Amino acid sequence: MSKRLETEFAGIRFKNPVVLASGTCGFGRELDEYFDIERLGGLCSKGLLSHPHGGNDGIRIWETASGIMNSVGLENPGVDTFIENDLDWINQKDLVNIVNLGGHSLEDYEEGMEKLNRVDLDILELNISCPNVKSGGMNFGTKTEVARQIVRRIRGICRHKMVVKLSPNAEDIVSLAKMCQEEGADGVSLTNTFLAMAVDIKKKAPVFLNTYAGLSGPAIKPIALRMVHQVAKAVSIPVMGLGGITTWQDAIEFIMAGATVVQIGTATFMKPDISMDILDGMERYLEENGYENIREIRGIL
Amino acid sequence: MAKILENKALGEGFYLLAAEEKNRAQKGQFYMLRAWEHYPVLSRPISVYDADGETVRFLYKVVGQGTEIFASLRAGEEIALDGPHGNGFPKLPDKKRIALVGGGVGIAPLYLAGKSYKKENPVCTVDIYLGFSGQPVLTDEFEAAADHLSVNVGGFVTDDIDPCAYDAILACGPTIMMKVLYEKCVKTGTDAPLYVSMENRMACGIGACLVCTCKTAHGRKKVCKDGPVFLGSEVFGIE
Ligand SMILES: Cc1cc2nc3c(=O)[nH]c(=O)nc-3n(C[C@H](O)[C@H](O)[C@H](O)COP(=O)(O)OP(=O)(O)OC[C@H]3O[C@@H](n4cnc5c(N)ncnc54)[C@H](O)[C@@H]3O)c2cc1C
Ligand SMILES: Cc1cc2nc3c(=O)[nH]c(=O)nc-3n(C[C@H](O)[C@H](O)[C@H](O)COP(=O)(O)O)c2cc1C
Ligand code: FES
Repeated sequence: MSKRLETEFAGIRFKNPVVLASGTCGFGRELDEYFDIERLGGLCSKGLLSHPHGGNDGIRIWETASGIMNSVGLENPGVDTFIENDLDWINQKDLVNIVNLGGHSLEDYEEGMEKLNRVDLDILELNISCPNVKSGGMNFGTKTEVARQIVRRIRGICRHKMVVKLSPNAEDIVSLAKMCQEEGADGVSLTNTFLAMAVDIKKKAPVFLNTYAGLSGPAIKPIALRMVHQVAKAVSIPVMGLGGITTWQDAIEFIMAGATVVQIGTATFMKPDISMDILDGMERYLEENGYENIREIRGIL
Repeated sequence: MAKILENKALGEGFYLLAAEEKNRAQKGQFYMLRAWEHYPVLSRPISVYDADGETVRFLYKVVGQGTEIFASLRAGEEIALDGPHGNGFPKLPDKKRIALVGGGVGIAPLYLAGKSYKKENPVCTVDIYLGFSGQPVLTDEFEAAADHLSVNVGGFVTDDIDPCAYDAILACGPTIMMKVLYEKCVKTGTDAPLYVSMENRMACGIGACLVCTCKTAHGRKKVCKDGPVFLGSEVFGIE
């Protein structure tokens, strides 16, 4: 592979901008059986909480036109188990190791962060789209000033590069991104899933026990793309773009809209190695159009 | 991509699809099937009905958009088969009397199970209990794989079995059927362990997304990877 796709994000070298999105690739082991995950630019771990968590009951996945809704509810083994079982394995791989951290309270986030400060990783992806237990389950990441509290506290203690993952359910995603920049984040990633709903008309009840669930996949792509464009225009820190990317053309669109790195989530469920098709397609596109490096098309819109 | 050798309608919405696929599939495992590009987004988990190393056969029922597409496929066309996945049914070398209990399309994995248990231990007996809501399908094949076949139409297949007459019982079907069977096993005090094959909705099918996990006595487990087969006591004995 040529150096056409090589890119830099907040001072970290990515051999290519293709990264697997949190929650859709575990900790990389399962997909490594389908393709050499070292071909990826990076991989985001399943969202971790300081302590193990069982996640949500009831149906967790529902299909809709061109998308899926999920209600996993941050089931995860906890930071300690991740460090013990998976961290070394992924650190030994030649790719950017991005660890996704969530929390149900400020203390939760801090505790998880302190544990992750004691180990090596490349980028901490701070997921602020978690339900805030103290404020009745409302998302931490919807109001800029509420989100600022976590971003400030975690930035204050995080010794790693830190990217904040933004929720499209934010009241104002551009102001949220600007806040992250002000608070010293090294970058932002967007978008997480869109709050959505499905009804079982036979049971006359919501499909999900939590009523609402997160929509992802091709259905959200045009909106996510618009948000990436708006945010990339408004901040100077780099942006990881995601939301429905399924083909290499989609990925190029996100790069043109201003993303430095693209993340692939739901598409991996269509074909475990779809990220490799996307990677090859991007390389071919650059080559055929005579670009020496992907930065030449980044943010051109 | 696997070449479809046959895709036969059996009536009542059931189909039997045979595809050319080199495999080492074991009883109780499943594949993720896909016969389209991007939409619907998810592939469909379908159990191995039969496998011989060169071909795999699937028994499926049309219930929605994915299985409808499967039903429209013809011999000579291709289908993406990803698998086999899952733990499958356990080896039971020291069990002499085995019962297999299936309800609805849950009968699918029991054919290979019956054949395999007979092969692994020729002195064991395998009784198969099938429950249908409409016209039964494939009873000839099941008959050939069983020492005794019992078919129930329109009633409760769990009424037909005496759990105390067996050394091991394996079940696949609606959750409620498996739960009733578990309760019957407990009530009758049988020593036979009950194994159940769970059918949770899946996305990745390979253990990477956690949408399929179920509560067990040992914490949440991935149905696609740690299962689909669990001890009944592990999943139904915890409430
Ligand atoms: C391990 C396992 C083995 C299975 N083996 C068989 C088999 O051998 N034969 C067979 O006919 N069916 C089997 N099923 C059920 C089968 O996967 C569903 O009937 C099928 O996915 C329905 O797809 P659809 O598009 O036709 O229905 P839709 O209702 O349109 O599907 C929408 C979504 O819901 C999921 N879904 C719907 N019903 C079920 C269900 N009962 N279980 C799991 N997911 C469901 C689909 O996969 C899809 O993601 C199995 C399921 C699992 C988990
Ligand atoms: C099953 C599933 C689990 C997810 N888990 C997480 C998670 O733990 N942490 C997180 O930040 N995002 C999580 N996400 C969101 C994705 O990382 C991604 O932001 C979103 O799905 C949009 O991208 P996509 O359309 O390419 O999937 C999850 C998504 C899915 C579908
Ligand atoms: S379906 Fe993804 S973990 Fe089981």
